[in-house]
Amino acid sequence: MMTAVAQWRRRRLFIGDRDRRPVMTLFIEQCLNGLQFGLLLFLLAAGLTLVFGIMDLVNLAHGSLYMLGAYFAATFAAWTGSFVFGAVLALGATLLVGMAVEVIAMRRLYGRDHLDHVLATFGLILFFDELVRLIWGAGGMSLPLPSWLNTSVRVLPGVDYSAYKLSIIVVSLAVAAFLYFLIMRTRLGMLIRAGASNREMVGALGVNIKLLFTLVFGLGAALAGLAGLMQAPILTVQIGMGENILILAFVITVIGGIGSIRGAFVAAILVGFIDTLGRAYFTDLLRLAFTKETAATAAPALSSMLIYLLMAIVLVIRPEGLFPASSK
Amino acid sequence: MAELLQVESLAKRFGGIVATDNLTLSVPEGELHALIGPNGAGKTTLIAQLSGLLVPDSGRVYFGGGDITGVSMPSRSLLGLARSFQITSLFLDLSVLDNVALAVQAHAGHSFHFWSNARREPELRDPARAALARVGLSARGDLPASALSHGEHRQLELAMALASRPRMLLLDEPMAGLGPEESARMVSMLRDLKKELTILLVEHDMEAVFALADRITVLVYGRAIASGKPEDIRNNAQVRDAYLGEQEAVHG
Amino acid sequence: MTPTFNLRTTVGLLLLLALVLLPVYVELTGSRFLLTLFTRIVILALAAVSLNLILGYGGMMSFGHAAYLGIGGYAVGMLAFEGITSGFVQWPVALLVSAFFAFVIGALSLRTRGVYFIMITLAFAQMAYYIVAGLARYGGDDGLTIEKRSQFIAPINLSNKVQFYYICLVLLCGAIYLVWRLVNSRFGMALQGARSNDTRMRAIGFPTYRYKLIGFVIAGTLCGLAGALLANHTDFVSPAMMYWTRSGDLIIMVVLGGMGSTFGPLFGAVALLVLEEVLSGITEHWQIILGPLLLLVVLFARGGIDGLLGKAHHG
Repeated sequence: MMTAVAQWRRRRLFIGDRDRRPVMTLFIEQCLNGLQFGLLLFLLAAGLTLVFGIMDLVNLAHGSLYMLGAYFAATFAAWTGSFVFGAVLALGATLLVGMAVEVIAMRRLYGRDHLDHVLATFGLILFFDELVRLIWGAGGMSLPLPSWLNTSVRVLPGVDYSAYKLSIIVVSLAVAAFLYFLIMRTRLGMLIRAGASNREMVGALGVNIKLLFTLVFGLGAALAGLAGLMQAPILTVQIGMGENILILAFVITVIGGIGSIRGAFVAAILVGFIDTLGRAYFTDLLRLAFTKETAATAAPALSSMLIYLLMAIVLVIRPEGLFPASSK
Repeated sequence: MAELLQVESLAKRFGGIVATDNLTLSVPEGELHALIGPNGAGKTTLIAQLSGLLVPDSGRVYFGGGDITGVSMPSRSLLGLARSFQITSLFLDLSVLDNVALAVQAHAGHSFHFWSNARREPELRDPARAALARVGLSARGDLPASALSHGEHRQLELAMALASRPRMLLLDEPMAGLGPEESARMVSMLRDLKKELTILLVEHDMEAVFALADRITVLVYGRAIASGKPEDIRNNAQVRDAYLGEQEAVHG
Repeated sequence: MTPTFNLRTTVGLLLLLALVLLPVYVELTGSRFLLTLFTRIVILALAAVSLNLILGYGGMMSFGHAAYLGIGGYAVGMLAFEGITSGFVQWPVALLVSAFFAFVIGALSLRTRGVYFIMITLAFAQMAYYIVAGLARYGGDDGLTIEKRSQFIAPINLSNKVQFYYICLVLLCGAIYLVWRLVNSRFGMALQGARSNDTRMRAIGFPTYRYKLIGFVIAGTLCGLAGALLANHTDFVSPAMMYWTRSGDLIIMVVLGGMGSTFGPLFGAVALLVLEEVLSGITEHWQIILGPLLLLVVLFARGGIDGLLGKAHHG
């Protein structure tokens, strides 16, 4: 089972640090990687911030839904022989699981202390991790890249980029646009925005709050599942993957402002860039001032810390986040 | 100068709403000054700025001759400016006596004492019991504060404010939600307190206000539209229109 | 609060007595494994006692408390690696470093409230995790083996399992007593008041920040001690000790046992770890039961074991 640091190392190897290609090409590629990672994080953080903003629910088990998305996709893709089919089925399955969790467990937590949420959803993490181990075994799974996406695309003269990663960017942007449309232009979206600012009012307006909450939670679950299944071919499908990335999602939620999709988008892109570029260039940066060994030792630690440093700074300067949604 | 509390050109906005509009106010030592006005006039916001919970956008606050505009809330309490809360704000999971003892403890030096049992310190418990006796809650001392009725909560609020031995009390609607008997009790208690402390009283109960106040300021939309002796205020046409008129209509 | 002999205190003291007598039982039955298990329980109970101070009594939901286990443990591990095996050096260093980090982390985190506080303490713990995992010299991700346990003067020998167990137990009892005195002192009342209603505390004249910070430092230091003990117990330290989910485990112990009670953390540590042992004997998928169990405790038995004992006494 891969630990967080081993995963980090794998990503770094994947990014490549003995490249002979021109610096500019590498830089553009890293920027695209940063964008892609940021958009994945956005999908995850969007669900989290929605649930937090509207239901005032701290859901640590959000990462578990991300993990389920990946596992479902790996399984369904293997059964149907098609990546896309598998992905669609996985999305549906995650949505159903999400709504089931809301009805069975989350409902009873609304209005309670955040500590209760943290404890209860932490229990859910344990449950889901073990459930996955029970059903799929401890070894993790793999989801191979669909062959028609396993190529490169020439995005700029001299710059080839993985078609799959490009499709992640495209799909994520499409989902972001869809979310924008949903939140800003539909009645449901209006209820969501109203609920983020003032929950009691929405209830008092006679809206079926229960159904609204179930739908919002389900939406969040689907987004998490989508993120999970999209990253599966290039990163990982294993138990505990949710816990690793959940922190980043929370950090993004805090930086962006709780309840704000726009904030989550900006913060996620920012975090994606900082994280990716940091890992790619930090060693080299440090090598300017320190010895090779020191740089090699300090770089991974420091670049991982950058995100947390950013969050700490935001919390000190502007605790409501960059784009605070609620006025309560 | 005998002004214990001096407020100069205080202003506070929340987005588009002006909560405090260039307010100037002074309260001499020993006076009971009442603050009245319709709901939303900014009375609680003013109390919050005077006690240090909110920072004003502009203006200055002087207490006992010193500028306390930038002073933190705990420090203001230590200077002798205590407040009670409109919405009950107590330590509900602690006992009634503990609640008051904490107020005493705050003013009994620092709390970096790590070993001896605070609940056995006469220095803390005795003044606490005295304050409870003063408001009539002696019998309820060992109950958890959550077990008290609403009226008793208001009494406890007062006891805590008193236990800190303040020079001035900021009372935010101490009679909110009290029945006629409890209100009468509270009025006579305040009449006693008047002799020892300076009080700024925010209230809706007009009978109590006119019975107790030495001077009254009327606040409407964050602005003081009138300030003076009770008879003058009662006869002030502007005030009648803005506020007292509707009060009479309600109370008959 | 005087120790009135109610059910909760009685059970707590009985449990301590049982723990004192455990090595005798082990000697009689030969189940050495029990000694190992209960040494671990006692050490983690110490960590839970430290968390209970700030979480149970102080209302500070720190999701980064396991970091101090790691800091204390690595202080011992790193010094041992560099050849300094004297406990007289290692343990004070472990305590001082833990106190220092608790001070810095607390000073920054306590400027926030509620869920932001949870997030920032979690973030700091993760930072510590990544720093330690990046230290290749000390094993990095794989961890660091400790060849020799902390050396003190004879006859103290930490390699003697029974001796080590009693040392841990004595320290646990000391910690329980210390925290008991702390929470009933003026300082403790200030902490409890801040938990109950921080705004009111400031309104009556308490600068709550400083008291919460000191509480945070005391808790971190105690947990650092637990970390030093844990390092000796497992003869091994790794970044995994500090991963944020370990902080979750500690929180579970405190809540399960009963927050803000004297023996709660002990009940919680014993319950959780014994449950873990028993359940994993039944099925390797025991966490499937623990997860929902936690949910049920949160929903229906919020006061934990201590709460149930309290109710049993009255009802």
